[in-house]
Amino acid sequence: MSSVTFDKATRLYPGSTHPAVDALDLSVSDGEFLVLVGPSGCGKSTSLRMLAGLEEVNEGRILIGDRDVTEVPPKDRDIAMVFQNYALYPHMTVAENMGFALKIAGVNKDERAARVLEAAKLLDLQDYLARKPKALSGGQRQRVAMGRAIVRQPQVFLMDEPLSNLDAKLRVQTRTQIASLQRRLGVTTVYVTHDQTEALTMGDRIAVLKDGVLQQVGTPRDLYANPINVFVAGFIGSPAMNLFSADLVEGGLKFGTAIAPLDRDTLSGTKAKKVTIGVRPEDVKVAKTGDGLKVDVDLVEELGADGYLYGHTEIDGNRVDIVARVDGRVHPNAGETVVITPSPKHIHAFDTESGERISKAVTD
Amino acid sequence: MSGSLAITSATVDPALLDLPWNLPLELWPDDVIAALPKGISRHLVRFVHLSGYVIAIKETSAELAQREYEMLRTLQRLDVPCVEPVAVITNRTDDEGTPLDSVLVTRHLKFSLPYRAIYSQTLRPDTATRLVDALAVLLVRLHIIGFFWGDVSLSNTLFRRDAGAFAAYLVDAETGQIYNGLSNGQRENDLEIARINIAGELLDLAAGGRLDEEVDPVAVSNGIVASYRSLWTELTGSESFSSSERWRINERVERLNRLGFDIEELAIKTDDTGSQVRIQPKVVDAGHHQRRLLRLTGLDAEENQARRLLNDLDSYTATYRKKDADEEMVAHEWLAQVFEPVIRAIPRDLKGRLEPAEVFHQLLDHRWYMSQNEKRDVPLAEAVTSYVENVLRHRRDEATVIDPVTGTMTLPIAIVDDGDWRSRV
Repeated sequence: MSSVTFDKATRLYPGSTHPAVDALDLSVSDGEFLVLVGPSGCGKSTSLRMLAGLEEVNEGRILIGDRDVTEVPPKDRDIAMVFQNYALYPHMTVAENMGFALKIAGVNKDERAARVLEAAKLLDLQDYLARKPKALSGGQRQRVAMGRAIVRQPQVFLMDEPLSNLDAKLRVQTRTQIASLQRRLGVTTVYVTHDQTEALTMGDRIAVLKDGVLQQVGTPRDLYANPINVFVAGFIGSPAMNLFSADLVEGGLKFGTAIAPLDRDTLSGTKAKKVTIGVRPEDVKVAKTGDGLKVDVDLVEELGADGYLYGHTEIDGNRVDIVARVDGRVHPNAGETVVITPSPKHIHAFDTESGERISKAVTD
Repeated sequence: MSGSLAITSATVDPALLDLPWNLPLELWPDDVIAALPKGISRHLVRFVHLSGYVIAIKETSAELAQREYEMLRTLQRLDVPCVEPVAVITNRTDDEGTPLDSVLVTRHLKFSLPYRAIYSQTLRPDTATRLVDALAVLLVRLHIIGFFWGDVSLSNTLFRRDAGAFAAYLVDAETGQIYNGLSNGQRENDLEIARINIAGELLDLAAGGRLDEEVDPVAVSNGIVASYRSLWTELTGSESFSSSERWRINERVERLNRLGFDIEELAIKTDDTGSQVRIQPKVVDAGHHQRRLLRLTGLDAEENQARRLLNDLDSYTATYRKKDADEEMVAHEWLAQVFEPVIRAIPRDLKGRLEPAEVFHQLLDHRWYMSQNEKRDVPLAEAVTSYVENVLRHRRDEATVIDPVTGTMTLPIAIVDDGDWRSRV
């Protein structure tokens, strides 16, 4: 096991003027589960491929532990791409399927048997070692495939959207399995996904990328509670944070007919007249009347105990969609008009021009 | 059938619409299924008869099917040997309206064989090596156009006989991606994947008692690395020599031609003093002999078959002293006098045994052995009769190989939660 360091690692594709990955500085600690997340084209897969040795590093370095692997061929990096190949061989036993790659690598028989047994125990497969893959359930077969990577005892596991071709139900199951297995194994893991829910539920820490540039790294809670800029604010969380432009006024931000309080430092720290305000759906209070922002309710999605109200309002002549969490049983209905106000402690303010966060960190 | 079925296809065969798309592939009735041998696949693949030919149907997600369809079309445009994509079918539902997986439809490559169907009892060492060599050529060709395969294996390849060797075709492009040139790391990674997968496939044959005892799975699988590297170096490597040795440019071109490649673009640089020349092929194109044969005779054959046929054409030219005659005229004459009579002599019921060019190659071998044994020049007509009766008749049909069916592993499989949770509380 080992740490992983991207040290100003840059990838510029031939003929392109904009780097696919731009001076990435990122450290993954020993045993950590780090998720690289971002929209398509953000550079997350390219970063992973740079770590795997599949992509040239034009500037900067990549280290595994203390070893500079920037110029090391993929197979000598002591990493394993998990789920790269699902093939299970029908005439070989589970044990043979898990261990044959060690045989090719010249690992002796006793060592092979020991490693296979150890992996099988971790994967709850020890009772199946002598069986053929045909006699296994789908989930067990998948675990055998994982076993193939585990027995190699790599320093780092790499996973590139491993769940993308599974159906929704199996995806949720496998997500949990991978996360708990990684914790039991304690192997440093770098995991790529475009799905922020996957990132939030699996990672010890999450690195958000956009246009090849690292936006923010932090625990799921950090990113959710204190997004560093508008992009992260809008990307992390589902349903997404409400983001719209608001006028700065004495004591805070104009929020319809109400004023959303903003601390004095933040207010004095910016010269702008307008900022971008962000409020998560669960931090919105919905009332029938009173001061606040008027919202026309379009739809209420009931999810049992909770529900989500989807509506719209008008700000500076533009239609703005609003989402608010409501009680699942008692809530306004489509067609009604409601008034919303933000929970004062959970207001995020961003510089409209730069997108950077200007409000102080939310601490609870 | 659902009215909302969506088909993406360059040319739609109306018969495609008549297939039972409202059933999961697993449950398709036997009368539409052609039992062809299958490799080891991630997804369920079945073969189906359709207006006189056979198609392969793979159930997968809409996204993957669409992506692989586009990828195969791109590879075809780039002249890489691969299966022909026919259609993508999405929006499938059963009669209750439950959504079914999307499918990718490809056309079965006539006279192609999965590696598991190439041998009759056990896979022999020389055959194993030839399969691996063919896969190495395919991998080099894919890498030259910037295709990173990601899952190189014998199972993801189909093989056609090619005058004693094999020609490999890519079947599964699901994991592949085209880049603007591959890094050494990407090529090395594909090679490593190939090495491990081939070893796994051979070890699996061994576990099933289908591998000749003389075959060392690890040694054979390592063979792809050497085979790939030497071809890659020959096709892309640069070499320097003194400017007085300019004949070496021609030598390089001829060497590549012998390997079956044409140089489309060659970079030639001289140093400041003009005494040293450095050459490097920039664009190479496979099919040197195939193209020449096609141009001269209109015959479409694999590379080694083409070489063999062209050799026979050359010896025809020499024997009948037609050196000064127009090359195309002589080729036309050879076609009418030699090749076509041989192919016409194959009884109709044996036409599905082998491709015509392969028959011709085998016939030439057969005639050579007969002449050796009988210490005389055996005439072509006599050799044909002997070949048909003693060799061809005893072979199996390989146009669309029907047996043996091997078990497939379909992974990943959805875990079916069959119990209602209410019955368990």
